[in-house]
Amino acid sequence: MNQRTFWAFVGPSLFMMVLFIAGPLVGVLVQSFQQQRADFETVERESCTPFGCTTETTAVPVTDDDGRIVTRTVWVGWDNYAALLDPDAVRAALNAPGDALRQLAQIRFWDALRFTVTFALVTLPLVLVLGLLLALAVNTLTDALKGPTIFVTLLPFIITPVIGALAVRWLFIGDGILTAGLERLLEREVAMFAQGWTIELMMLGYRVWHVVPFAFVIFYAGLQTVAAERLEAAGIDGATRWQKLRHVIVPHLMPLIVFVSLIHLMDSYRVFDEIVGFSASGYRTSLQYLTYEFLVPDESGNRSIGRASASAVLTMIGVVILLVPLLRNTWKEQRRA
Amino acid sequence: MKTWILALATAIALGLPATAAAQCDLDNDVPLTMLSNSFEAWKIMSDAMTSCGNFEATLDADYRLKINDALAADPAVYTMVGVSNATLTPLLADGLVRPLDDLVEAYGQDLLPSQLIRVDGEVVAISMMVNAQHLMYRSDVLDVLGLEVPETYPEVLTAAEEIAESGLVDYPLVGTFGAGWNLGEEFVNMYLGYDTPMFTDDNRPNVANADGVAALEMLAALGEYMDPEYLSFDSTAAQQKMQQGQAAMTNLWATRAAAMDDPEESEVGGLVEFAAAPAAFAGGAPATTLWWDGISIASNVTDAEAEAAFQVLLEGIDRDVLAEHPDAAIWLSNPPIASDVAVGAQASAEGGAPAYPSSNLIGIMHNAAGEFIPAYLNGETSAEETLAAMEDAYLATARENGLID
Repeated sequence: MNQRTFWAFVGPSLFMMVLFIAGPLVGVLVQSFQQQRADFETVERESCTPFGCTTETTAVPVTDDDGRIVTRTVWVGWDNYAALLDPDAVRAALNAPGDALRQLAQIRFWDALRFTVTFALVTLPLVLVLGLLLALAVNTLTDALKGPTIFVTLLPFIITPVIGALAVRWLFIGDGILTAGLERLLEREVAMFAQGWTIELMMLGYRVWHVVPFAFVIFYAGLQTVAAERLEAAGIDGATRWQKLRHVIVPHLMPLIVFVSLIHLMDSYRVFDEIVGFSASGYRTSLQYLTYEFLVPDESGNRSIGRASASAVLTMIGVVILLVPLLRNTWKEQRRA
Repeated sequence: MKTWILALATAIALGLPATAAAQCDLDNDVPLTMLSNSFEAWKIMSDAMTSCGNFEATLDADYRLKINDALAADPAVYTMVGVSNATLTPLLADGLVRPLDDLVEAYGQDLLPSQLIRVDGEVVAISMMVNAQHLMYRSDVLDVLGLEVPETYPEVLTAAEEIAESGLVDYPLVGTFGAGWNLGEEFVNMYLGYDTPMFTDDNRPNVANADGVAALEMLAALGEYMDPEYLSFDSTAAQQKMQQGQAAMTNLWATRAAAMDDPEESEVGGLVEFAAAPAAFAGGAPATTLWWDGISIASNVTDAEAEAAFQVLLEGIDRDVLAEHPDAAIWLSNPPIASDVAVGAQASAEGGAPAYPSSNLIGIMHNAAGEFIPAYLNGETSAEETLAAMEDAYLATARENGLID
């Protein structure tokens, strides 16, 4: 391929990537060091409503000749990050042995980080193991059964995440059918949405249920490429089923396991749908949800773009840190090959 | 045969008279749009406005997240927007709604003076209803136990204790305590009930004080008598708990009052009565805030569009339209529309409940309250820690926006 053809093919996607990925990323990074401030002046204002007329002194933003608020962009250095990470409070918490965890959990960022990391790391092994077991099980079915089984197994993955979360929420909230069932079984009052840990458990369970089919499909495809002779040879060597799985199948599937892990870690670190679907924000928030909260305008139209950007940047850094071990392994193997 | 098309056509034909009941006297030929909140009252108005032709309404419970950006566009994405005392503030600050004085002079002869929302003398919105959270209670439950209608929150707690002991209902209380906006509103109501300013003169927060602690402790005490999942309750969930007879008292929006007697939804029709919101302490004003809802017209539309919009707006809040649904809201109209469900909000207003403040500051504190109070109610933080965290969050946002240095 000559130089020109190469660029003709690569150019458009490179352009798209700069425009839609690199550009916004740089934008967010820049904004995380900025704040958009208005100048406020205190004025006396008379307002009349159905409840009567009042005159009050109130702070209003300064406007230009067209009546638009004048905002100026201020470089604030690490201020946005400091507001998020709250190093002073962290230091105070660390100096209070016995109470450190509770105090850390009061800082929204660290609380959200705790949940986000737990969410990603607890669901990952469950997704891998259950996906693999499911793939092995389906692989032993007769051909006539395989099609329908695969279809049914895939259903959880097809459901829109928020809708699925809402459906599960309705099964459990108040006197939802499953909560009512639990109450009968345990012969005691159960309120699944009254404390954080039950909600967290439901969110973890829901995500595993939702993503296992994805792992299953990938592993199932991989199983089709395991050479029958190898398994046969292992059998002749006297390998048990477990040993065949451990020493033949899993090593063969390793690249796929790494792939599923990468995708799942990236996805689950951005956990958001569950928080909304389970209306869990009173008990648990994630980093992505925190970013969203900063972006949503409050009752008077204020929002915190600077802190939202900082939170987004930190989320991104978190994903990268989480992926480093996996990526390093892949890279090493590639080099060995 | 394509019978379904036929069926659809019949349905539409049959459906038409229903909307045509709100007859519009205009024949509007200017394309107009409106974005507003989505509760029943807005549906009634937007249906009437739709019958004028060339009008399209977007009803969205999260409308406040959209209006600023929608009106900042030029031309504006919507000709009209539904506003309230809170949501008008940012629009006004950014000059996004137009003064309506000349239109009021030309077309608004039937409007009451109190319907004209004026800021520094200029009319910036036309309001048609007022709303407030107030006490709704099961009269039968209180009668059986021989309880008086509580007038203060300490009395609510005493009554709740007796109701809990009687076992007449699942939970004595229910409230809009959902984390976020709803809980924030509960805090604002309760704190202002102690009649202490929420901010200092130089825009600094003032909630970390004895009244703040008292307000939080009262919210927690009320929570003890609610369904343990109360941190996920919005207005609709609270309304349903009352309708299903699972709770005996609530402090709920006036626009939800009519639903208590709705025979299709409610199992307790005729048993729920209304009173002023309880006061935070004996002798205090009802701990609730008064809200008005109204319609504003965007700055970034042509004068012709604004003129057509104003006329269609008047059709939407025409007395004949509103009088068909006297209980859907507390309507402002001339002459007044009598309603059975207005008594709670009226009593609250007469008792001196303040209007929800129209200021840039309140939204920040409202948000912070909705974010940090759940941890307090869960028992994870103390009242003092929570109030300090709210003040810190307020300061961070206020600093970021330039409100304080």
